[in-house]
Amino acid sequence: MIFGVDVASMLLGGVAAGMVLFIVSVGLSVTMGLMGFVNLAHGGFAMLGGYAIALAMKHWGLGFVPALVFGFVVTAAASVLLERLLYARLYRATELDQVLFTIGLVFMMIASVTLLIGPENQPLALPAILQGQINLGITQYRTYSVVLIVVGIVIVSGLWLGFERTQIGAQIRAAVDNRRMAESLGINIARLFTITFAFGSGMAALGGGLGAEFLGLDPQYALKYLVYFLIVVAVGGLGRVTGVFYAALLIGVLDFVLKKYVPQGGTAFIYALTILLLLWRPQGLFSAKVT
Amino acid sequence: MMKRIVAVAVAALAMTTSWAQAQEVKVGVNLPYTGIGAEFAQLVDRGMELYLKLNADKVRPYKITLIKRDVKDPGGANAKIAVQELLTQDNVDILAGWIYSPNAIASAPIVTAGKKLAVIMNAGTAQITNMSPYYVRTSFSMWHAGYALGEAAAKLLNAKTAVVGYTDFPPGKDSLAAFKKSFEGTGGKVIDEIPMGGAGAVPDFTPFFQRAKDKKPDVFFVFVPAGDHAAAVVKTYAALGMREAGIKLIGPGDITQDTKLQAMGAAAVGLITMHHYHADLDNPENKRFVEAWKKEYGATTTPDFMAVGGYDGMAAIVHVVQTLKGKIGVEQALEALKGWKFASPRGPISIDPVTRDIVMNEYLSEAVMKDGRVFQKVIGKIDAVKDACKEQKIGPCAPK
Repeated sequence: MIFGVDVASMLLGGVAAGMVLFIVSVGLSVTMGLMGFVNLAHGGFAMLGGYAIALAMKHWGLGFVPALVFGFVVTAAASVLLERLLYARLYRATELDQVLFTIGLVFMMIASVTLLIGPENQPLALPAILQGQINLGITQYRTYSVVLIVVGIVIVSGLWLGFERTQIGAQIRAAVDNRRMAESLGINIARLFTITFAFGSGMAALGGGLGAEFLGLDPQYALKYLVYFLIVVAVGGLGRVTGVFYAALLIGVLDFVLKKYVPQGGTAFIYALTILLLLWRPQGLFSAKVT
Repeated sequence: MMKRIVAVAVAALAMTTSWAQAQEVKVGVNLPYTGIGAEFAQLVDRGMELYLKLNADKVRPYKITLIKRDVKDPGGANAKIAVQELLTQDNVDILAGWIYSPNAIASAPIVTAGKKLAVIMNAGTAQITNMSPYYVRTSFSMWHAGYALGEAAAKLLNAKTAVVGYTDFPPGKDSLAAFKKSFEGTGGKVIDEIPMGGAGAVPDFTPFFQRAKDKKPDVFFVFVPAGDHAAAVVKTYAALGMREAGIKLIGPGDITQDTKLQAMGAAAVGLITMHHYHADLDNPENKRFVEAWKKEYGATTTPDFMAVGGYDGMAAIVHVVQTLKGKIGVEQALEALKGWKFASPRGPISIDPVTRDIVMNEYLSEAVMKDGRVFQKVIGKIDAVKDACKEQKIGPCAPK
């Protein structure tokens, strides 16, 4: 029984952490798969979105859910602007140029937020109903973790349906699998990319807001969790919603379990594991695309 | 006659130039003005500036110029470069700053080679002051609070068992050693020690706290750097229902840093800390200090222990400048500071002539709700506490 409770609390904690990783990373995976564009500023959009959400709640007294919607919309809109003005110029550039450009953008985002809002952490107060503990029958657990898991499942189901069952989903899948063929069939890749980019950034914003309870929210957010997002994408494979989902859960749970039982190891395990996984399957664990 | 006039003129000229030289004292400040420590840098910086502003008459006739360098992170390497540049390019007379212990540890050989007085305004690892003969500390050692709290936990809180969670960098290990030494020396038992990630980024504390909760200790002693780490600790403690499970969260005052306390809200109520300063301390110097701070930096801002580290550090520097009449030799400066006493917002402080570390009161406080805000109520006080690590010459402070 005690063992069961231990396992349950571990799974709940790990899966909740994984859900946050998934929500933030899914956009990165799809845009990278679609355009081969290495967007290191993705964490920056998560940070900006988190700020929009936290500040809207703090200054305008917006509720948590309306604030999340607000953050999604604002960040998606801002990303379209940046995509059209800046990103679009670098689609044919080398990967090194893209990396340099996006990392530069991250630094500018960090500096602007520090300058305009300040270096300190932005507290994001959850509604009272999401705080505290919930009784799950076999164990008490943090309400918010349980809520996150439910939200994550809803989001992944929605995305899966969108990818597999809609016209635009089919277009994205086609473009990820074979871009030139998709283009010659008349799919407007540039427009498709703008849409996915905006959507992915909006999702990142959602992740920034939903995950603030665990990850905090400060200007450095844009960089300090980037490695985790990239690991999830690398392990999950590019352009695969379900792949990213499984990878995020895997990384979330493993990270949680290892930290709980071998805290001396710090984050070293997760990096070592990533290296091993990628040596074994460089295209990602869950990717169908063999390159 | 002519000769005499020339002689007088030359003497006068010599006097004015030496006068002009004595006018300005350059203080090289190293702080993490950008990056994860930026808000700490702002607190220490404001503490220094506020002292200079409020005590302009005590500084005259000298002029103190602060030359500020950004050390960016707790890694050590950037701080070392900054300190070296302050010494070799800016030719500063006095060094000051150091938020993070690794930075003070990395800078120690440069400070020793540079032969300038170096005032540590925050970094708390105990043995830092042993690493260079020119280090003087106006902040605290981890042992001040950690050691005092170990004893208080066993005696006043009647704790038999404790789990220690700490951020895995020098002051964290120091804090663990200090607490363990006195807690076990007073009959308690530390049943688990959990390193909880590094200082560079705030981890998700859930797995570590879950582990602590499973061990069911009487108290959970936590040292994390103040700021975002602390805010996350209090949040996780509340969210995992550890209070309801009968586990008291205790630690040095980093977990109830004034700048974060109100945002923690009800989750902070019941936290018990041992520390040398918080903004609710009831003494006339602190009342004046807090009032001046709010007037200068805004009613919603508050000073904290880091701000006081900067404030008192600047008081020490002004004392040196006055005592040495603006000509700062390192040996004379150290001499001036040994045994120096000051009425600080944290209560009376002095510099230990032997260790060059601070001697000050420690306050045991409990966070309570009062008039709709979280208030730190002092429930115990120990006068004139010295760094136990160096005093008892134990662990890392033992002579080699």
